[in-house]
Amino acid sequence: MSTPLRALIITVLAIGGTFGLDPFRNYQLATAAACFAAVAGLTVLVGLTGQLSLGHAVLMAAGGYGFAYAASAVEGPWPLALAAGLAAAAAVSGLLGLLLGAAAARLRGPYLAGLTLALVIALPAAVNTLPLGGDQGARAPFFPVPEALSALIAVEQWHAWLAIAVAAVAVTPLVMLRAGRAGLRMRAVLDDETASRLSGVDPGVVKAGAFAASAVPAGLGGAVLAIATQQVTPGGYGLAFSLLLVVAAVAGGLGSIGGAAIGSVLVTVLPWFIDELVAAAPAEFGQRLDGNLAVLLFGAGLIALTTAWPGGAARLLDRLRAARPLRFATPSTTTER
Amino acid sequence: MDRFVFLFAAGLARGAVLALFALSLVIVWRTARVVNFAQAAMAAAAVYAAFAVTAATGSYWAGLLTGLAAGALLGAAAERGLMRRLPAHAPLPGIIVAIGLVMVLQAGLAIAFGPEHRPMRPPFSERPFIIGGVPVLSPNDLFTLAAAAAVMAALALLFNRTSLGLQLRAAAFAPETARLLGVRVPRMVTLGWALSVAAASLAALLLVPTELGLNPHAVDLLFVNAFAVAVIGGLDSPAGALLAGIGVGLLVSLVTGYVSASAAPLAVLALMTLVLLVRPGGLLAPKEARTA
Repeated sequence: MSTPLRALIITVLAIGGTFGLDPFRNYQLATAAACFAAVAGLTVLVGLTGQLSLGHAVLMAAGGYGFAYAASAVEGPWPLALAAGLAAAAAVSGLLGLLLGAAAARLRGPYLAGLTLALVIALPAAVNTLPLGGDQGARAPFFPVPEALSALIAVEQWHAWLAIAVAAVAVTPLVMLRAGRAGLRMRAVLDDETASRLSGVDPGVVKAGAFAASAVPAGLGGAVLAIATQQVTPGGYGLAFSLLLVVAAVAGGLGSIGGAAIGSVLVTVLPWFIDELVAAAPAEFGQRLDGNLAVLLFGAGLIALTTAWPGGAARLLDRLRAARPLRFATPSTTTER
Repeated sequence: MDRFVFLFAAGLARGAVLALFALSLVIVWRTARVVNFAQAAMAAAAVYAAFAVTAATGSYWAGLLTGLAAGALLGAAAERGLMRRLPAHAPLPGIIVAIGLVMVLQAGLAIAFGPEHRPMRPPFSERPFIIGGVPVLSPNDLFTLAAAAAVMAALALLFNRTSLGLQLRAAAFAPETARLLGVRVPRMVTLGWALSVAAASLAALLLVPTELGLNPHAVDLLFVNAFAVAVIGGLDSPAGALLAGIGVGLLVSLVTGYVSASAAPLAVLALMTLVLLVRPGGLLAPKEARTA
């Protein structure tokens, strides 16, 4: 089955699935779809080229700001505003990704991770220094349910539909990229830079391109969050959120798109679920546990996964799938050197 | 001009703390070839230990010693318990485990002590001396400068002039050969971690009382700036950490004073990006072997 066809089927199934969810679950689904787009980009970047970015939240924020300003500026029917916003989100995040990629091409492991970490920490300073609305952030336009559908679905479900559609548009090219020539080049650069250079593959170009290709879905993910929450604030894209994206990529198994989907649902639903449990605890102690317990568990899980079980959820899927004969040999992904 | 002198003096004290924290990153990089992204969270945990002891006994110095010991213990425990189990020569797992450690420590501290900023008193007065009508360093700034300088000098002596320092360096540069010559390499790596986190804890203990107060995230910005310092100076170079630390400290102080506080992180980020693009190994890094 070709990748676009499979993507179409999954998208239709997911949109059908929204009918079985209440409004709050649909809002969570939209959030998970936004995370999925960003985590898919991150997992391809880390798993295939070995470049660890701790700053994908900033790329999401760049996409969110791009979406908010462009979609607000366009006067006209809503599909036009939506398309303009998404195009701006992809352009802004792609440009930032290309800049970072140019730096990343010259850097290895800890240097790149540190540079992207500094970027996340500098985000609040950047929005206060540049004319981006400061800590209040920017307002994104509200997309109401179209007339024809307004009798059928609530606004949360409509936003979930938009989120699923945008995530599909963001991730499908990534899947094709990963399976094609570009993915092969990324694996070659990860395995041995010198050998790949001798074979005519320029590691710098491949690394910079991979960073830009991973930034665009992250920016579209930020646009999805802007649609679902109608605002973009720097506080929403802090270090904690950026690390959560890394958790999702690792939990799903680095390099695996299916794993990215599992990981992003996990980091969206689990904190909410734990906070629901914590709400039963006595007031003052419960207030301290609120939000922190989930981070504690994610951190412990991250350590346990990396030391004991580096494949993540994708390895589990592979093992289940291995029980059946495969028609195509899937390209193996290297998670570490 | 008065303002420049004041900002310059404040920048020196800030730079000393930055240099000390950056030096701790250099130590752990030289002994174990990892950048410890959990350094800030571990230092924050050590400062909480110091805070608790100071609150219980009323003595700043008992708290300071406890903080240093807690930092050393945490460093040794992280190396023995986690980092040693990871595959060697792969930077990614080490960074990811350190990030997991950050999440566990910071969330654990927030649960145990609450998220609010707890005020810590500096050991000496913060009222600056006035020289020729210009306010310059305060007694506390002088203590910070002296403590950072003393510890950096002691570390330099330890690494360059003692048998233990020679073993530490040998274990870092040629582990196989060192082991054949009778150096207990795993013990040296653990010791390197303990020294590194203790130095980072001291830097945090010097910084936190002069800022907003103690909070699980109080050391994050120091870590990011110190990482920038270590990168600018070269992760392999203690002298680079010292020079770049003073330089970045002055830069932050001057940008905060003349432009705005929110522009300072951007200035550091811009400087780090510039250095990484021009000299990816840092300013004082030795030349790398050529590949293809």
